[in-house]
Amino acid sequence: MSSTLSNLSPGQSATVRELSPGCPMRRRFQDLGLIEGTLVRCLYSSPLGDPKAYLIRGAVIALRKSDGDAVAVDPLPDAAPAPIIPAEQAVRHGAF
Amino acid sequence: MEHFDAAPGGLTIKKREDSDRVIALCGNPNVGKSTIFNALTNMHQHTGNWPGKTVANAQGYCRHRDLGYILVDLPGCYSLQAHSAEEEAARDFLLSGSPDCAVAVCDATCLERNLNLVLQVLELTPDLVVCVNLLDEARRKGVRVDLAKLSGLLGVPVVGTSARDGKGLDELMDEVETLCRAPKVPRTLPPVDPEMRVHHAQWIADAAVSREPQNRSAARDRKLDRILTSPLTGFPIMLLMLLGIFWLTIAGANYPSALLSDGLFWLGDRIRDRFVYLGAPGWLTGLVCDGMYRTLAWVVAVMLPPMAIFFPLFTLLEDFGYLPRVAFNLDRCFKSCGACGKQALTTCMGFGCNAAGVVGCRIIDSPRERLIAMLTNNFVPCNGRLPMLISLITMFFVGAAGGLGASVLSSAMLVGLIALGLLMTLAVSKFLSATLLKGVPSSFTLELPPYRRPQLMKVIVRSIFDRTLFVLGRAASVAAPAGLVIWLLANIHVGGETLLCHCAGFLDPFARVFGLDGVILLAFILGLPANEIVIPLMIMAYLSQGSLVELSDLTALRALLVDNGWTWVTALCVMVFSLMHWPCSTTCLTIKKESGSWKWTAAAAVIPTVCGLVLCFLIANLCRLLGVG
Repeated sequence: MSSTLSNLSPGQSATVRELSPGCPMRRRFQDLGLIEGTLVRCLYSSPLGDPKAYLIRGAVIALRKSDGDAVAVDPLPDAAPAPIIPAEQAVRHGAF
Repeated sequence: MEHFDAAPGGLTIKKREDSDRVIALCGNPNVGKSTIFNALTNMHQHTGNWPGKTVANAQGYCRHRDLGYILVDLPGCYSLQAHSAEEEAARDFLLSGSPDCAVAVCDATCLERNLNLVLQVLELTPDLVVCVNLLDEARRKGVRVDLAKLSGLLGVPVVGTSARDGKGLDELMDEVETLCRAPKVPRTLPPVDPEMRVHHAQWIADAAVSREPQNRSAARDRKLDRILTSPLTGFPIMLLMLLGIFWLTIAGANYPSALLSDGLFWLGDRIRDRFVYLGAPGWLTGLVCDGMYRTLAWVVAVMLPPMAIFFPLFTLLEDFGYLPRVAFNLDRCFKSCGACGKQALTTCMGFGCNAAGVVGCRIIDSPRERLIAMLTNNFVPCNGRLPMLISLITMFFVGAAGGLGASVLSSAMLVGLIALGLLMTLAVSKFLSATLLKGVPSSFTLELPPYRRPQLMKVIVRSIFDRTLFVLGRAASVAAPAGLVIWLLANIHVGGETLLCHCAGFLDPFARVFGLDGVILLAFILGLPANEIVIPLMIMAYLSQGSLVELSDLTALRALLVDNGWTWVTALCVMVFSLMHWPCSTTCLTIKKESGSWKWTAAAAVIPTVCGLVLCFLIANLCRLLGVG
């Protein structure tokens, strides 16, 4: 069974494997910088269990379970280093 | 001389001189755009530590060196891909060519995400100054931004600011001036795939930002969040916070209220003496002194102290960043009712003013959920209704004896009443989701911003001048004419009875069914322009001479009400009806404006009224059946 963002328990980190193709939140997630390869950490869940708050690129964002389910992740072992982003990929886009 | 230049999105730019330059302020939500806007234009746009305060485009004027600038404060958005009306408006405005230059405000503590928007703006316009705000906060969090490097990577000027302390704003305007004077070069970034843009933003941020790996300030935020949102303490703290605020309001307002009332009524008597001394006709004295002045005095004495305490306290919580945590805690409840978690934020705003709460509903993207939030906003008592609830609780349930126990008990009852309002908010939201506004809850993201230390003095000054006096002014401007009307009603005789008796008598049989009486219902109807005047109107109507006697003392007021047949059941029904009836006229007009439909405006008035009447009916008849009250 593959893990999703909503399965993460508080304190657990993961990298995003993929956003499900039909996900209506795809573009919203992109705006927040939540794309394939992004490192996320689940910080805490709300008193009633849903939504959960995640650390995404320096910001704390709360997502409902139904939305987090659309994000497949690969959980990292505790205290794993941040994944390296393919820098040359980014440079290629750079217009300057 | 004014020049008008219509821009898309309904925004009209008002220039003072032809040479005035137009500057668009854009950026992610909650990065301090409005703080920068206020500092530069000396205006008082509402600011607070939660994403989405600025929902309308505001414009202001600022002079720097020898040029005039029109600043346009665009609502915060995460992207310009036009998912929502706000994003579309921001995008259209940037594309329209009306701004001479754009300023993209970024949060230094989370620059990477902000750069994503900066890159999108650069795809639309090359005339951009990037303003990296909140540098002081970033420094505390161990985040350092290399501004020169950032500028080199982006190819546009970058200025660092700490807008709360006014640091860096001159430099910002210098760069804006340079850009405005420079010849225009059409050189935008080529539009790219959104994912590539995220990578690009990350790459730039990695190059220009350094972070301390372990930072105490960030750790403190996490710790605080864990306490404020944990299953064990999240809800109790919310309840205690509410209780604490109301306790401070009630206990603190008691003495100043009595003092103000004594003073104002003393002054009223002197004015009356003067009228009599000058030989003014009796009807004029009655009209001005007994009608208009006394209603006004009552409204000021009862309203001002609780408002002057409640507003700053609430603003402190807002600036601290607690409200998004409330939304986080309560989202599950709103979701199960088919509504949006951000409705908790608009509900909170309703405590200040329901009209403001309705406007705030623009932060909710889904039109269905936005309507639900607008239609239910009236279930939280605004500042105009809180003092009325407080005085009724004091008079009929706690006793005016005072002391610590009494004020704690009063606040507990008030919290109970507000809990009832929240419960109704949820129940009606659920009902609407199942009937008129069928649908499933849509997706949303809620940002929990870092906690910020509120600026105490600024909050106090701002909330007194911008909010308390504004609301009070509105109430007062309504109170005087309403006092006039009620005085006339009470003094014009038709067929041996006053007009007031006729009206109240007509409503009486209907009102009795719901545990109220004709006078109460009439006061609520005449109180449509402002809820603040409902109690003064009631008192005036009860007094046979048709004017407000000196009732600085709540005991005297209670005696008057009891003489007119009030019991604690009547008081309870009045409180429930005050919590649930039609919104004031300002709120109704705001709902019409925001929803664009009279049908929904009517629904917003009918729904709470029906709820209120049903509850009052149940309370009154249950008590009658049980033989209590």
